[in-house]
Amino acid sequence: MPYRLAIADGTVPALEYTHALWRVTAMTIASPADPRRPNTGLWFAATLAALAAWVALYSQLVPLSGWVVSRLPLVPGSASAESVRFFVYDTPKVLMLLTLVVFAMGVVRSFFSPERTRALLAGRREGIGNVAAAGLGIVTPFCSCSAVPLFIGFVSAGVPLGVTFSFLIAAPMINEVALGLLFALVGWRVALAYLGFGLAVAIVAGWVIGRLHLEGWLEPWVLAVRSGGAAPPEETPSPVDRIRAGIEAVRDIVGRVWAWIVAGIAVGALIHGYAPADLLAAIMGRDAWWSVPAAVLLGIPMYSNAAGIIPVVEALIGKGAAIGTVLAFMMSVIALSLPEMIILRKVLTVRLIALFAGVVGLGILAVGFLFNFLFA
Amino acid sequence: MKDVKVLGPGCKRCQTTEDMVRAEAERLGVPVRIDKITDYAAIAGYGVLSTPGVVVDGKLVHAGGLPKVEDIARWLTA
Repeated sequence: MPYRLAIADGTVPALEYTHALWRVTAMTIASPADPRRPNTGLWFAATLAALAAWVALYSQLVPLSGWVVSRLPLVPGSASAESVRFFVYDTPKVLMLLTLVVFAMGVVRSFFSPERTRALLAGRREGIGNVAAAGLGIVTPFCSCSAVPLFIGFVSAGVPLGVTFSFLIAAPMINEVALGLLFALVGWRVALAYLGFGLAVAIVAGWVIGRLHLEGWLEPWVLAVRSGGAAPPEETPSPVDRIRAGIEAVRDIVGRVWAWIVAGIAVGALIHGYAPADLLAAIMGRDAWWSVPAAVLLGIPMYSNAAGIIPVVEALIGKGAAIGTVLAFMMSVIALSLPEMIILRKVLTVRLIALFAGVVGLGILAVGFLFNFLFA
Repeated sequence: MKDVKVLGPGCKRCQTTEDMVRAEAERLGVPVRIDKITDYAAIAGYGVLSTPGVVVDGKLVHAGGLPKVEDIARWLTA
């Protein structure tokens, strides 16, 4: 590898050095079948270089989008100008933040696996088990198409039903992408509250479902499944594997949700520019108590990617909507999704799904009211 | 003849996994029979928690996410 020699000699100028790192990285990514061991130091250096490039670009975003807006034929202060400004500022910002958050979560998640989570939760008593399950639900890699095998795998391995539900509620509800974007766009207090109350809903709802002893409400074949066969041999990923996992997550998630986000920002931009503040304050303000249940109900049939809803949240809060109401809406959109319920219908009876939606919905409702009360 | 089963309810990644196995088998010249297992009870029976899963000659070798190409080569030539 001539690049490495040159770098070790210190003969390559900084810019070419970064470039060389990227070439090597790109080569390694492009040919994963390459049996040569990837060079750990090189991967770390390339990652650091990419992070530095990210910071440099991000710090230039405001002047850059300001320049773009100034070139557009807009009447300053008009509703359309405000909308366009929101869109132009937010789109690159949100997409860059998303990339960073998803990469970081991809790396973190490489430390967890559903198998390990199951081993941690099996035989755990309710109470502490619900807490552990909700916490693990945030960091365990999980996609809703795996919800059914995961559910069966947990239950057949002796994870109590209520604990399994705590996991299944927390996994989609506390979405790492939503958390990261809330933190960056709306502020750490709201992000922290979302995390804390999301965990609380998952823990309490799972605990309640567990206390009701509803094993009989599962589809009968579920309890009959013997999960035979050992888990696949676990290999501890190398540091390079973890970085790769982060890149893979970015490719997969950002590639999949960017359209949702742009749509979300467009909606947010319209709200920002055109929605009259008086109207929103009246509908979604703190004084309208009925707005919280309305937000939850409205959120159930709506299905958006978590990332797409955040720009809308940002715009709504900016227009004076109450935080509790907005959070309730957001949690309802993310956590209670019709497609996931349809998938879960394979293992749960309709009664159990209704109860699941009811308990989670009530929890979200409580969060909304509590929040509006606390931030009064 | 390697007997490969791809476990998954039919999501996009499961299809990609199947394509990867097929391509790798072709590259290595290993004859394979690939079955897709989409039935949830059967998937759960293999002890898989996250899909796609890969079973080679009756043994579960992978679960969750796309497998690495070098791993597929290893399974097919083992």
